[in-house]
Amino acid sequence: MTGKQARVPDAASLFAALGDPTRMDLVARLSSGGPQSIARLTRGSPITRQAVTKHLTVLADAGLVRSERHGRERHWELAPAALDVARRYLDHVSRQWDTRLSALAQHLDTSDARSPRRGSRKRSRRGR
Amino acid sequence: MATTTTDRIERQIQLRQPRSRVWRALTDFKEFNAWFGVELEGPFKAGGRVKGRITHKGYEHMTMDIVVERIEPEHAFAWRWHPGAKAPGESFESEPMTLVVFTLEDAPGGTLLKVVETGFDAIPIARRAKALKENEGGWTGQMKAIEAYLARAAG
Repeated sequence: MTGKQARVPDAASLFAALGDPTRMDLVARLSSGGPQSIARLTRGSPITRQAVTKHLTVLADAGLVRSERHGRERHWELAPAALDVARRYLDHVSRQWDTRLSALAQHLDTSDARSPRRGSRKRSRRGR
Repeated sequence: MATTTTDRIERQIQLRQPRSRVWRALTDFKEFNAWFGVELEGPFKAGGRVKGRITHKGYEHMTMDIVVERIEPEHAFAWRWHPGAKAPGESFESEPMTLVVFTLEDAPGGTLLKVVETGFDAIPIARRAKALKENEGGWTGQMKAIEAYLARAAG
């Protein structure tokens, strides 16, 4: 890893980045093939190295890929920071709901203990 | 349970009280205020907007602001809001709201309460990242998430 922190992407650049067939293809190649050099990414493709580099830069700006220098070559790999952020944000919201729902359970238990009320269920036991 | 989605969350809790009691705690605004940690100023009405100061420690600068979507007695209660914590002076007014739906079901010995919140995909990712920043620093790659996303985008 480069140790450099991925930039926080915004939604518009994320969708713009993924909304291109060449870039979708690059992401798919990186997803299945792991980190790769430009040479390997352009192999068997009619697109020039310069064009691929341009597309990779767009993806990098959106926070989807990152590159690392290996000697004279640059290796590109996926950096799905945006999706990771989305997922972890949901975990965060879920935890907040867990806290609130247990607060509700506690509220129900303590307020019923303070002022007991008849519930809607039938009671079979009679008071003595 | 194993569905990968970035748009919704689902939570549920088993409560010992009957549906009528849970419904009251959920929709009587004074009772709601007590457990939710807020001071809503008025009752919930379908189509109505309710506001109030958050009383939770550390969030006192925030206002809770919801638009009630529907009230189906002892069955469902739904509202829209802007989720997450704001910094003082920050506003999400221009952003889409998420939908929160509570549903109540009879369950052995009480009530099963479910809460489903949807619409997160419309919240800018930069804002979501910001909301996380206080709690955790940095992020690591999640290969599974992008694979699921790609499968969805391709399909």
